[in-house]
Amino acid sequence: MASRLQALWGWFDSRMPSAAEQWRIHASEYYAPKNFNFWYFFGSLALMVLVIQIVSGIFLTMHYKPDANLAFGSVEYIMREVPGGWMLRYIHSTGASAFFIVVYLHMFRTLLYGSHKQPRELVWIFGVLIYLTLMGEAFFGYLLPWGQMSYWGAQVIVNLFGTVPFIGTALAEWIRGDYVVSDATLNRFFALHVIAFPLVLLGLVVAHLLALHDVGSNNPDGVDIKKVKGPDGKPLDGIPFHPYYTVKDLLGAVVFLAIFAFVMFFVPEMGGYFIEHNNFIPADPLKTPQHIAPVWYFTPYYSILRAVPPIFNSQFPGVLAMGVSVVILFFLPWLDRSPVKSIRYRGTQWKVWLALFVVVFVLLGYLGVKPTTVWGQFPDPWGMLDTKDVATWVARLCTVIYFLFFFLMPWYTAREKVKPVPERVTV
Amino acid sequence: MNDKAKVDKTRRNLVVATSVVGGAATVGAAVPFVASMLPSERAKAAGAPVEVDISRLAPGELGVYEWRGRPVWVIRRTKEMIESLQAVVPNLTDPQSRSSSQPEYAENEHRSAKPDIMVMEGVCTHLGCSPQLKPADAKAEMGGDWVGGFYCPCHGSKFDYAGRVFRGAPAPTNLPVPPYTFVSDSTLVIGEDKEKKGA
Repeated sequence: MASRLQALWGWFDSRMPSAAEQWRIHASEYYAPKNFNFWYFFGSLALMVLVIQIVSGIFLTMHYKPDANLAFGSVEYIMREVPGGWMLRYIHSTGASAFFIVVYLHMFRTLLYGSHKQPRELVWIFGVLIYLTLMGEAFFGYLLPWGQMSYWGAQVIVNLFGTVPFIGTALAEWIRGDYVVSDATLNRFFALHVIAFPLVLLGLVVAHLLALHDVGSNNPDGVDIKKVKGPDGKPLDGIPFHPYYTVKDLLGAVVFLAIFAFVMFFVPEMGGYFIEHNNFIPADPLKTPQHIAPVWYFTPYYSILRAVPPIFNSQFPGVLAMGVSVVILFFLPWLDRSPVKSIRYRGTQWKVWLALFVVVFVLLGYLGVKPTTVWGQFPDPWGMLDTKDVATWVARLCTVIYFLFFFLMPWYTAREKVKPVPERVTV
Repeated sequence: MNDKAKVDKTRRNLVVATSVVGGAATVGAAVPFVASMLPSERAKAAGAPVEVDISRLAPGELGVYEWRGRPVWVIRRTKEMIESLQAVVPNLTDPQSRSSSQPEYAENEHRSAKPDIMVMEGVCTHLGCSPQLKPADAKAEMGGDWVGGFYCPCHGSKFDYAGRVFRGAPAPTNLPVPPYTFVSDSTLVIGEDKEKKGA
C-alpha cells in the first residue's frame, strides 16, 4: 500500500515538481526566527479569518438577495428559516470585527518590533494595501443587510467623495449609480463585496507572503538571523516554519476560535458594536436615525473627520485629514529613521510616542462611536469657540497628536539614544 | 559583450509602438465598464419632477415628499416662524445664502417664492443626514434661546425655518432649495422651474 502511494506521489512529483518545491520554500524549509512570541499569532489568525469569511460568505450568498426590496427580508429569512442560517450570518458578522481586531494587533506588532523597516518595506506596503482593501470590503458588506445603519452609513461615506472639489458630485453619483443610495448602489456593492474585493484581497495576501518569505521574518529582537549561519547554511537562530510554527499557530487558532465561538453564540451583536441596533430597522431614505456612527473599526478615522471644522465653507479639509491619516501609513518605513528595529533597544522617546499613539487611537475610536455631546460642554461666555462640545476638543487634540506621531517621527527616531543590539536573538 | 550592438532598431520600435497602441486600447476598453456604473436611464427618469398637494398642510406643519429619492420638505410657516427668521440672523453662518444653493426666486430674506411656503431639501449639507423639525417649544432639548427650526441628529447642525445653518455647526452651507413651481395655490411641482421646463 505504502509503495503504491509512493508511486502515485512519484508520478505526481515528476510531472509537477514545483508543488513540493513551494512547500519547501514556504513551510518545511522556511526558516523563521526561533524567538517568536505572543504577538506573532495574528498573521496566521488573519489568514484563518479570511478563510472563515470566504466560506461563510459563499453560503450566505446562496440565500441573500441583493435587491433593495428584498435584501432586508432575505437577511431575516436567513436568520429565521434557513437551517443554521443564523449561525452563518453571525460567523460572518463576528468574523468582520475579528478580522479588524487581529489586523490591528498584527499592525501594532509591526510597530513594536520594527517589522516595517528595511528590508521589509514592501511587506509593509502590501500589508497597508490589504488593510485598505479590507476597509472597502467591510464598508460594501455593511450596506448589504439594508438596515437603517447600512443605509445612512453608506450615505455618509459616499458623500465624503462628494466633497472633493469640482468632480465631487459626479464622482458620488458614479459610485452610487443614482442620486441617492438606492437599489443600484446595493447591487454594485454586492458585486464588489462578493467578487471584486475578495479577489484583490487574495492577490495582495499572496504578494504580502511572497515578499515576506523572500526577505525572511523579523523577530522581537529585530536582529537579522541570516547573519549567523551554521555549517549547513541554515540560520542558527532559525527553525523550519513547519512543523514548529504550524503547531504553535494551531494553538493560537484553538484559543482564538474558542473566543470567537463565545462571541458568536452568546454576544453576536456585542452590545451594538459588532451589529448596530439601528440595523434591525429596514432602511428608510426619508428618516435618519437619531445617531449615526460607523462600526467600531472605522471610528478612529471618523473621529478625525468630525474633529476638523469646515474651512472656507467646505467639509473637504476634514475628509482630506481622514484620508491622510490612513495614507500616511504607507510612508512609515521612511518616516522611522531609527538605527534599531525592536522596541527592546529603542530609546525612551519612541516608547513614549508609541504609547501616546495607542492611547490617542483608542480614544479617537471611543469618541467616534459616541455623539459629540458625550462629555458635556465648555462654558463659553465670550463666544470664542466654534463648538462648546468637550468631546470635539478632545478629538481635535487627539487628531493633532495622531499626526505629530508621524510627522515628527523622522526627528525623534533619528535623535534618540538606542541600546546596543545583540548579534543573536535572546530567548 | 555588448548587447546594444545587436538591437534591431526597427523591431524595437515596432515593439514599442505595439505596446503603446495596446495600452491605449486597454484604457479605451475600460471606458464602457466605468460608464456602466453611471446613473442608468431608469434612475435618471426617476429624477423627474413630482407634483405634490399642499392644501391639507396646516400652519406650522411639515410635509415630507420624495424627489430623486431625497426628502423634500414643504412647511407652511406661521407668522411667528417668519418673524423668527429676522431674529436669528446674527447667529447664522450664511444669512444671505450667498454660498448656498437655491433658485433665483428663492434668493430673498425668506428663501422662498411665497413667504409662507418654504420648500427645501431635507438633507444636511454636512454629510447627507436628514434633520428633524424642532419647534420653538423644544427649548428643554435645544436650549433656552431656541426659536424653532431643524436639528441634524448625526453631527448636531442646527437650521432655522428657512434652512439656514447656525454658526458652530459642522454643516458648511444652508439646506439647498430645489427648483419648484406653483401650479395652483394648493399644488406644487418639485424639480421644475417655470422658466426651464424639465430641470
